[in-house]
Amino acid sequence: MIWQLDLAILTLVVIAGIGAITVKDLLGAAILFGAYSFMMCLLWSIMGAVDVSFTEASVGAGASTVFFVAAVFRTTRRTKD
Amino acid sequence: MKIIGLIIAVLTGALLIYGTVDFPGWADPASPASTHLSPHFIEKTMEETSVPNIVTAVLADYRSYDTMFETTVIFSGGVVCFILLRIFRRKEPEDRLYRHVLTGATIRVKEGGKIPPDSDDFERIDTLWTPHDLIIKTVCRLLIPFIQLFGLYVIAHGHHSPGGGFQGGVILGASIMLLAISQDLRTAVQRMREKVDALLSPTGVFIYAGTGALCLLLGLNFMDYSALASVLYVDPVTARSHGILIVEIGVGVAVMATIIWIYNNLSSAGKYDEGL
Repeated sequence: MIWQLDLAILTLVVIAGIGAITVKDLLGAAILFGAYSFMMCLLWSIMGAVDVSFTEASVGAGASTVFFVAAVFRTTRRTKD
Repeated sequence: MKIIGLIIAVLTGALLIYGTVDFPGWADPASPASTHLSPHFIEKTMEETSVPNIVTAVLADYRSYDTMFETTVIFSGGVVCFILLRIFRRKEPEDRLYRHVLTGATIRVKEGGKIPPDSDDFERIDTLWTPHDLIIKTVCRLLIPFIQLFGLYVIAHGHHSPGGGFQGGVILGASIMLLAISQDLRTAVQRMREKVDALLSPTGVFIYAGTGALCLLLGLNFMDYSALASVLYVDPVTARSHGILIVEIGVGVAVMATIIWIYNNLSSAGKYDEGL
């Protein structure tokens, strides 16, 4: 485990997570969730859990981002609060 | 109200972090999981199931109840999306638009008008229809077969490499979702009808639970695949390996159909029209 790489990815995970709940644009939040999932996928593979990382890449970063975008497309792009 | 919510969230977070103090250290050889379970799986998996990938053996054999109900949860998610979102319109809209594919001309069919003959020359479109981009359409048409082949490989090769039914099913579903995004939902639904989705997702769960029940009928415990040895004409160790493959196929079928089903309902708000 290379700790510099680990630290950089962890920082990006935190930034993407905080960004996803603060941003007003819901489409942006969906994409930030996708980035968050992808960074988590990298973290899993760094820790050696390749199966979990594969699931995270296909479900988290792939399918669920498409679901979020579809839901935003069918409702509204702006949050009320 | 916002302050109360913040206080509750911070308190819960602090409690959770306080709870992690009791956890054993990361990769601690003296923790209970490392003294009993992990050595058994690492040392015995190969001789008990002849599956090199321990994760697959744990997921589909040693912990197969877990995976079975995971599949059931996914199926329930698909059914809930269907029940909440699907709209069955009894009446067709008065004017329907058809596009002649070869010339690009759009015709409007009034209520009671004659519908174009059921040929490939006409496609039904909505008022929101936008032209397909040629590059995206062509690239996706080239890519989709390879994505599907990779999905099948991931399911079939789960014994030896990372992956398995769940990941392979999502990849297979994503290939149909790519078709729906690159063209439109009607094209994708023509390839994979709603009835097919609705039939395949419980079929996958049935394959999984049925394999377990078959073991029960053959005289061993539920999900003990070594009972399949007498049906498959192999020794009990190979039977466990084959049982894992059968179960993975069930998971793959269920996940693929459910993912497509959820996408169809979500992207068209249950109307099954143009989609995204």
